[in-house]
Amino acid sequence: MAMMVAQTVNMGSVLFYVFALIALVSAIGVVLSQNIVRTAVCLLFTLAGVAGLYLLLSAEFLAAVQLVVYAGGTLILIIFGVMLTSKSPFSRFQPRRVEVAIAIALGLVLLVMLIMGFDSAIHSRHFVQETSSQAQRYPMDKLGQVLLGDYLVPFEVVSVLLLTVMIGAAYLAKARRRERKGP
Amino acid sequence: MLPALCTLSQASRTVFERAIFGNKPQPLGLWATVVYYAIAIAVITTLVLLIAMIGIWAERKVAGHMQSRLGPNRVGPFGLLQSLADGIKLILKEDLIPRSGDRLLFRLAPYVAFAPVFAAFVALPFAPDMVFEPRLNVGVFYVLAVLGVEVMGVMLAGWASNNKWSIYGAMREACQMVSYEIPLGISIIVGVMAAGTLNMVEMSSAQGGGLHTWLIFRNPFVFIAFFVYFVASLASNKRAPFDLPESESELVAGFHTEYSGMRWAFFFFAEYAAMFVVGGIQAALFQGGWNDPFGLIGHYHSKFLASGSTAGLVVVNLFGATVFVAKASLIIFIQMWLRWTLPRPRIDQVLYACVKVLLPIACAMLLGAALWQLLVPDQTVAALVVQIALTVLGVAVSGAILLWIAHAWIGRRGNKLRLTDPAEIPQKAAGPAAA
Repeated sequence: MAMMVAQTVNMGSVLFYVFALIALVSAIGVVLSQNIVRTAVCLLFTLAGVAGLYLLLSAEFLAAVQLVVYAGGTLILIIFGVMLTSKSPFSRFQPRRVEVAIAIALGLVLLVMLIMGFDSAIHSRHFVQETSSQAQRYPMDKLGQVLLGDYLVPFEVVSVLLLTVMIGAAYLAKARRRERKGP
Repeated sequence: MLPALCTLSQASRTVFERAIFGNKPQPLGLWATVVYYAIAIAVITTLVLLIAMIGIWAERKVAGHMQSRLGPNRVGPFGLLQSLADGIKLILKEDLIPRSGDRLLFRLAPYVAFAPVFAAFVALPFAPDMVFEPRLNVGVFYVLAVLGVEVMGVMLAGWASNNKWSIYGAMREACQMVSYEIPLGISIIVGVMAAGTLNMVEMSSAQGGGLHTWLIFRNPFVFIAFFVYFVASLASNKRAPFDLPESESELVAGFHTEYSGMRWAFFFFAEYAAMFVVGGIQAALFQGGWNDPFGLIGHYHSKFLASGSTAGLVVVNLFGATVFVAKASLIIFIQMWLRWTLPRPRIDQVLYACVKVLLPIACAMLLGAALWQLLVPDQTVAALVVQIALTVLGVAVSGAILLWIAHAWIGRRGNKLRLTDPAEIPQKAAGPAAA
C-alpha cells in the first residue's frame, strides 16, 4: 500500500486496530461457536466493534443507529427466539461438511471481490484520502435536510416497507379464533 | 471522531483540557491521549461508584422514612457508611456460579449490563466545560443507543443462570425494556425538536435565559412529553412500579437470583448509574441542564469566557455541576418515592400501558410539537406568552405539591393514628357468646 500517506501513530489508528480486532475476533467466534446463545453474544461484540469503526469515521449517527437497531433490537429478538424455542441451554448445531465447504468457498469469493473492489477504489482518480485535519464532521441538521430533501423517495419507500413488515408481523402473531364445534 | 480525538480546538473544551493544556489548540500525541483517557475513565468510575453508594444509602433511608421507620442509622452518622460496609461485605462473599448454567455467559453478563451505562456518562453535560466529550453531535441519541445494549446483559444473566425464575425475569425484562424504548425515544424526539439539536451541551446552553426558557415550558406538547418520558424511563430502568424483572415478591430476585457478591453489585451499580443517566438526560433535555432558574450561570459563563478568567470559569462550572447533579438527584428521589408508593402491575398491564397509552400520547405529542414549530415560530410573542403561561403552571403545581408536603410534615405530630381503640368496637360480638 505504498500509495497511502505515511500513517502517524495516534489515538485514532490505535483505536481503529482495537475496534477492528474486536469485530474480527467476535466474527470468528460467531462462525466457530456451536452454542447459539454464545453465537449471539459474539455477534453483539461484532456489532459493537463495527459501531466503534463508524464512530472513528465521524459517522456518529450511524454508529448510534447501529447500536439501537442491531444490538438493541435484532440481537434481542434472536435471543428471545432462542429462549422461547430451545430445549436446553446447551443445544448445539453441527453443520455437515458439505455445508461448511460451500460456505468457505462463498466466503473466499466474497473476500476476493471485496479486495479487488477496495484496490480499484484506492487507485481510482476519485479517491481522496482525508487526512485528520481535513475530515469533515457532518452536522446532524444537514443529515436531516438531506434525508428529507434529496433522498426523500428512498426514505418514504423504506417507511412503507417497515409499515408492511409491521402489518405482516401483527397478522402472523394474531391469535387465531377457535372454531366452534357443533350447534 | 478521529479529528476530535487528535486535535483539541478552542471551542467547548473540557476543564481537564484547559487545566492540562492551557488555552492553546494543539494536537495531542498518543501517550498524552492515553493518559487523558485514563484520567477520564478513573473519574467516571469514581462517579459511578459514588452514585451507587449514595443511591443505595438514599434508597434505604427513603424507604425507611416512607415506611415510618428509620432506615440504616448505625454504621456512621445517619448510616452514611452503610453502603461502604455493604460493599466490603459483597467483596468478601463467596463467588457462586451455578454448575449447570453457562459459566462464561454467567461471568460476562454483569459487565455487559454495566459497560453501556458507564459509556453513557460520556455524554452527560454536568457543566458548560465539564462534559467528557462535548463534541458528540448525537449526544442524546448515543445515550439511548447504549442504554439499549444493557437489555442484552440482563437477558444473558437470566439465561446463563439456568433457573426458571431467572429466565422469566429476563424475558419479562426484555419485553418491557424494549417496548418502552419506543415512547422513550419519541418523547426524546419531542424535546429535541424543541431544542433543535441532539448535542447535549448546546441543548443545555439554549436553556440559559431563565426559568421560562427551559424546554419543558417551551410548548404544551413538550410539557406532556416530559411526563411520558418520565414514565418510560421508569420502565427502562426496571424501576418500580415496573420492577417486574426483579419482582422481589414473585421471582425470588428475577434475573439476578443466582448472582451473589460483586457480580450482583455490578448489576446494582448499573441500575443506580442508569437512574442517574436517565435523570441527567431529563435534567439536560427538559429541565435546563446546568442552568439555574434565574439564568445566572449562562450569563456568568459567557462573561468569564469572554474575559478569560480561569477562576471565574471554575466557580461557574462547579455551580453548574451542582445544579445538574441536584436536578438529577431530584429525579432519582422521585423514582424512589414512587417505588415505595405504587403497587406492581402485571406484565400484560405494563405492556398495555406502553402500547395503548404511552405510545399514542407520545405520537400525538410528536405531531403536535411538529405542528407547533410550524405554526408558532420560536421568537414570536405568542411563543413567549405560552412559555410564560406554562412556566407559571409548572411553578404553581410544584409549589402546591411542596406546600402540601410541608403542611403534612408540619402537622405530622397532630395526626391521630388510626388504630382502633378497644372501647370503640361495638359489643355485638359479645352477644352470641354471652347468650
